[in-house]
Amino acid sequence: MTLRLENVSKIVGSETHIHPTDIELEKGTMNVLLGPTLSGKTSLMRLMAGLDQPSSGRVHWDGRDVTGMRVQDRKVAMVYQQFINYPSMSVYENIASPLRLLGVDKSEIDRRVKETAALMKLTPMLDRKPLELSGGQQQRCALARALVKNAGLVLLDEPLANLDYKLREELREEIPRIFEESGAIFVYATTEPEEALLLGGKTATLWEGRVTQFGPTTSVYRRPVDATTARVFSDPPMNFLDIVKSGSTISFGDGQSAPAAGALSGLADGSYRAGFRPNHLDLEPHAGDTLEFNARLSVTEITGSETFIHLDHHGERWVGLVHGVRDLKRGAPIQVYLDPAHAYVFGEDGALVAAASSATGV
Amino acid sequence: MNKTVNQKAWFLVLPVLVLVAFSAVIPLMTVVNYSVQDTFGNNVFFPAGLEWFRDTLQSDRMWASLGRQIMFSAIILAIEVPLGIFVALNMPKKGAWVSVCLVLMSLPLLIPWNVVGTIWQIFGRVDIGLFGYLMAQLGIDYNYTQDALDAWFTLVIMDVWHWTSLVALLAYAGLQSIPDAYYQAAKIDQASRWKVFRYIELPKMQGVLLIAILLRFMDSFMIYTEPFVVTGGGPGSATNFLSIDLVKVALGQMDLGPAAAYSIMYFLVVLLISWVFYTVMTNIDKRGGA
Amino acid sequence: MAKITLSGLAHSYLPAPKSDEDFALKELNHVWDDGQAYALLGSSGCGKSTLLNIISGLLIPSQGRVLFNDRDVTEAPTAERNIAQVFQFPVVYDTMTVRQNLAFPLQNRGANAKYVAERVNQIAQMIGMEAELDRKARGLTADAKQKISLGRGMVREDVNALLFDEPLTVIDPHMKWQLRTQLKELHHEFGHTMIYVTHDQTEALTFADKVVVMSEGRVVQIGTPQDLFERPEHTFVGYFIGSPGMNLIPADVRGSRAIVAGSEVALGRSYGEPDGKVELGVRPEFVRFAPEGEGLSARIKRVEDVGRHKIVRLEFGEHDINAVMSEEEDLPSGSAFIRFDPVGINIYSNDWRVQPQGGQVQ
Repeated sequence: MTLRLENVSKIVGSETHIHPTDIELEKGTMNVLLGPTLSGKTSLMRLMAGLDQPSSGRVHWDGRDVTGMRVQDRKVAMVYQQFINYPSMSVYENIASPLRLLGVDKSEIDRRVKETAALMKLTPMLDRKPLELSGGQQQRCALARALVKNAGLVLLDEPLANLDYKLREELREEIPRIFEESGAIFVYATTEPEEALLLGGKTATLWEGRVTQFGPTTSVYRRPVDATTARVFSDPPMNFLDIVKSGSTISFGDGQSAPAAGALSGLADGSYRAGFRPNHLDLEPHAGDTLEFNARLSVTEITGSETFIHLDHHGERWVGLVHGVRDLKRGAPIQVYLDPAHAYVFGEDGALVAAASSATGV
Repeated sequence: MNKTVNQKAWFLVLPVLVLVAFSAVIPLMTVVNYSVQDTFGNNVFFPAGLEWFRDTLQSDRMWASLGRQIMFSAIILAIEVPLGIFVALNMPKKGAWVSVCLVLMSLPLLIPWNVVGTIWQIFGRVDIGLFGYLMAQLGIDYNYTQDALDAWFTLVIMDVWHWTSLVALLAYAGLQSIPDAYYQAAKIDQASRWKVFRYIELPKMQGVLLIAILLRFMDSFMIYTEPFVVTGGGPGSATNFLSIDLVKVALGQMDLGPAAAYSIMYFLVVLLISWVFYTVMTNIDKRGGA
Repeated sequence: MAKITLSGLAHSYLPAPKSDEDFALKELNHVWDDGQAYALLGSSGCGKSTLLNIISGLLIPSQGRVLFNDRDVTEAPTAERNIAQVFQFPVVYDTMTVRQNLAFPLQNRGANAKYVAERVNQIAQMIGMEAELDRKARGLTADAKQKISLGRGMVREDVNALLFDEPLTVIDPHMKWQLRTQLKELHHEFGHTMIYVTHDQTEALTFADKVVVMSEGRVVQIGTPQDLFERPEHTFVGYFIGSPGMNLIPADVRGSRAIVAGSEVALGRSYGEPDGKVELGVRPEFVRFAPEGEGLSARIKRVEDVGRHKIVRLEFGEHDINAVMSEEEDLPSGSAFIRFDPVGINIYSNDWRVQPQGGQVQ
């Protein structure tokens, strides 16, 4: 079972919602679509489901061309951000409804509903109406309805966005486990990088209607192909620094320079854009190679165990995440340090020139 | 959101097209047919060209009726829309009284036109009508069968009584869709009652008000049954509206050709004014969005 | 600006509340200091919105008083309290321009035109909407509309308090960082008393000087982010703050030692002999791997790579516990030995924290 999009695009009026895209999803995989609002996640899902017809390209299911086939005739299930259930039916009837439409016989329906309810921890609520349940339970009911019909393709469009933080955490932990058991192709849209990492599997990053990269989640995270992907897949956002490499030194900021180390050492002379994630910025110098920056501290935010430091580095906004609770003076100059092993180097066109040397083995 | 393109969907529209053809298009074609022909009976027809249209356009009687019609619509819109909004603003927002109000308000809407006419015809009579009697008691010289102004007054009051609820209910639906946060924000911003209405309620009601105005305009512009029952177009021709006049031409005088031409022009006028209303009001909307 | 005092405050939506359960907000005494930034944190239905509405005057409490400085405002209408509030969904006056929206609260109070114009420009600059000042608010994106709402909240300099009701719900993750730091900067700049309601711990912790954690209508702890992280007073705080939350393991505590799952753990301090339901709480951040043969024996079930750190799901006796390890840490596989850093250990009796004897440990 595979779903293959071949050169699929979607143009509505004069707007391109999805640029020509090739992507292949395999059986039993979790595929995350990661991107900000309006980056094309939902449009791409609708094309996968057959809710929309592509402006160009073909959609293949298991090698068969299904472009133009109606959604009803495909084995697709979808879960939305809003909790969509039939309000007048009990949870049991809600879960049973897709099976009744398929004309499955009664004892089989009963068995599958109970099995799915157990999986989604809904067994004690089977007789209740959806609106009597908490938000988390309502969404579990919607998820159960999507799972029960053994659809080959399950599409989840930001299913946890409307839930409380803690409930989100709980379901987020369960979803990968549930999907392992079902063996379907899961597609999961989210705006949050952390959610993508927690779900694991594969991730496609989207930006302005383009899939910028598709691959195993941690590998996309650690080896982004370009600056856009790195920015999309970083929360807090990745920090950027313009550098010029000349011989064995790099220069940046207002005439600062440092020996080129880490990923920087192998570069040809020229201008680049270095990127690094907030958690790799430190307040203390490292042993060995270290880059030192003079910045100005604008705000600190304390999470209890860590401190976010918001910096102004020659006009660029940077964010750092350091361990411990730090009491720092706002508006004051501050020295921050970076181990060059954590720096990514992008060319002037944004393409990755060298991945951080610490990101090995992925 | 964009939908699946599926040409087969046209077949689903087919029954409606057939129905509309029988109910509207074919009768309309008959009228068009009549409007360009003349007959002396015996089912013998002669082409008359655009003569009937020319005649109708030159008829003072038609222009006078059109004037009255526009005046009538203008008056009832000017009363019913603000009054409907006012009523909607003062209706309870939640609680048991909501359903009581809704039922009371929908009552006039459920009464058939000719019954409404009959009610007011009797209600306003000086001899046996309560309204007429009360007016006489108050020392007001009121008689809708004699005095043109009184006849107009009666018709306007009757229409307001019959239809203000519709505007009020639509406006109420618009008001109900405004989230509480807006009112809370307005309190915090210390906005006056007028500003709350002007900047929150009115903009949020705009969509339903457009529908209300269109419905009330079309309906009042084509009003027939009620004035026919109450005044029959009189006294004299004081309440001779377009529709009443048209029926007089068509059935009273059996001038089928001129009546057909009259109908077509009537139809076009309604269409034109509705279109103007719609365009103006949606443009206000767009200007807001620019 | 004002100090806000809540004395004996409680609220029930029922006309004649009988038991404790009937109260949406249980009795509360608290002083909100002038110029501080507070967060009200809890899951939906915990009473945080009820409390906010009482402060803003949208709700009159069934008992107790609310004082702004020394003035009793318990029954005063919202307009008299001189507060500003930003709601979950953007509230903008559609038919007005951005400029008119920002000027609205000032004009309603009869401020002079020159001051209004200056102040509006200042706020527009802060929220980054100078370019859009003369556009109609209708047709702007949700992000932009929410920025207008924030700006309208901030435009008056003399407000007693600024209240935020989950203001970043509709905002994209990347934008959240920006808006949150802007709020923080504004707080430093103007020193308003701010109260921020949210279910999102990151937002609460990073925004506030002090966080008020609520559960089932009760305030369970008020403290700095660091307090909440290191010394949760109630198991709910341990669970609710932190991702994943605190590990709780039933323990038999004898002075400075505890028996958990058959093994002995040094607590670093003496807790006497607490009775009732006794549990040992340790955050995943304080669970460490120990050399082979030392410490507690556990089994690694799963490792989740979330980028900047790894979440290790362990089986310890019959309990599931989580550990957080840094990105670089090498992990053993299968069976492992773990220890709990005594600094991060708390002991709970019937869900409330037991004070160690002999003062705080460092």
